[in-house]
Amino acid sequence: MFSELVALLITSVLLNNAVLNQFLGLCPFMGVSRKKSSALGMGMAVVFVIVAAGLVTYALYYLVLVPLKLEFMDLVTFILVIASLVQLTEMFLKKSSPALYKSLGVYLPLITTNCVVLNVCLVNISNGYDIPHMLVYTVGTPLGFALVLYIFSAIRERLEVADVPESFKGNPVALVVAGLMAMAFSGLAGII
Amino acid sequence: MNRMQNFKNGLIKDNPVFGLYLGLCSTLAITTSLNNAIGMGVAVIAVLILSNVIISAIRKIVPDDIRIPVYIVIIATLVKIIQMLIQAYAPALNSSLGVFIPLIVVNCIILGRAEAFASKNGIFDSALDGLGMGLGYLLAVLAMSFIRQLLATGALSMTNPFDESQVLFHLQLIPEDFTISMFSAPLGAFMTFAFLAAALSSYKQHIQRKEDEAAKAAKIAAAQAAKAAKEAA
Repeated sequence: MFSELVALLITSVLLNNAVLNQFLGLCPFMGVSRKKSSALGMGMAVVFVIVAAGLVTYALYYLVLVPLKLEFMDLVTFILVIASLVQLTEMFLKKSSPALYKSLGVYLPLITTNCVVLNVCLVNISNGYDIPHMLVYTVGTPLGFALVLYIFSAIRERLEVADVPESFKGNPVALVVAGLMAMAFSGLAGII
Repeated sequence: MNRMQNFKNGLIKDNPVFGLYLGLCSTLAITTSLNNAIGMGVAVIAVLILSNVIISAIRKIVPDDIRIPVYIVIIATLVKIIQMLIQAYAPALNSSLGVFIPLIVVNCIILGRAEAFASKNGIFDSALDGLGMGLGYLLAVLAMSFIRQLLATGALSMTNPFDESQVLFHLQLIPEDFTISMFSAPLGAFMTFAFLAAALSSYKQHIQRKEDEAAKAAKIAAAQAAKAAKEAA
């Protein structure tokens, strides 16, 4: 049981990384990775939103939707929970750290449309995880997202001063970097 | 004329995927085969047109403060309907697209168009905008999956989405010994996307340069004409 949970943690953080292997959350990945500090802030905000949303939606699904036989309402319920949690995070950050709030800009409300969040909530249900597995997966996935986002922002800071062909400037070369990172991460596949 | 221009912008110049970098997740994830690309493209077009029409129809009665939650509930409902239809009529497509069908809810293109266009324009214009943007998305995923499927498997093939045993066409263009399986892996997705985006950006730069040159030439010609007029006087 314990070793299985550790394996799930390593898989969700590194091997089946949300960004590099499942292509989730690419909008903030491209959008807020220009500076290390904002990447770190974004990563933490996403970890918070996903852990909270994962727990609330899991509880809602099994305590409310299943007994009422309303399973088909899952998408609508989940997205409403996520939207309100993001609103909460936004209000909290606005009060507690205005500088970070400013640097995240439009990408903060856009956490609502960050696919990682909805994906974690849906996969928890569709894979039929029990509570320990759900906890590990819900924490591991955003950690993987934050880790990759931070590494990527560090590379991008260097990329700013690199001499890149005209048409690759900006996002295309960043995507090439992301591809190389995906290849590097796929080299970790032998861990388990 | 203006309407046509809007419609055409969505296809190439302001292509939602390669130009605006919206909806990247599904574009990279599902473009391993033409089948997936067409299925996803059609689903996105359907959701986009319907959500644009509904949101444009209710744009005057939705309070400004809660418009985003309202939009997202409408979109989620539409996506759930589409997902149930796909599950019922095209189970093979459902299993190969997997979680990316419900994830259409959080596809930035849809909420983006609702916020930027449908909440300000009439119903007909919004429907047309949805169609244009949706076709732009379909074009992008088709281009991606064309390259990726061809290089990864050496063949272009499609099966009937409603009956997977029925093969519509299958063209083996590259012998199987010479295929590059990397293109079906994440690395191939990122690389294909990067090169297509770079190609579009270089095309845009080319047009920009041409326009600049034309403007410059027009300026010089005008100056010369003014000079000649002066001398004649």
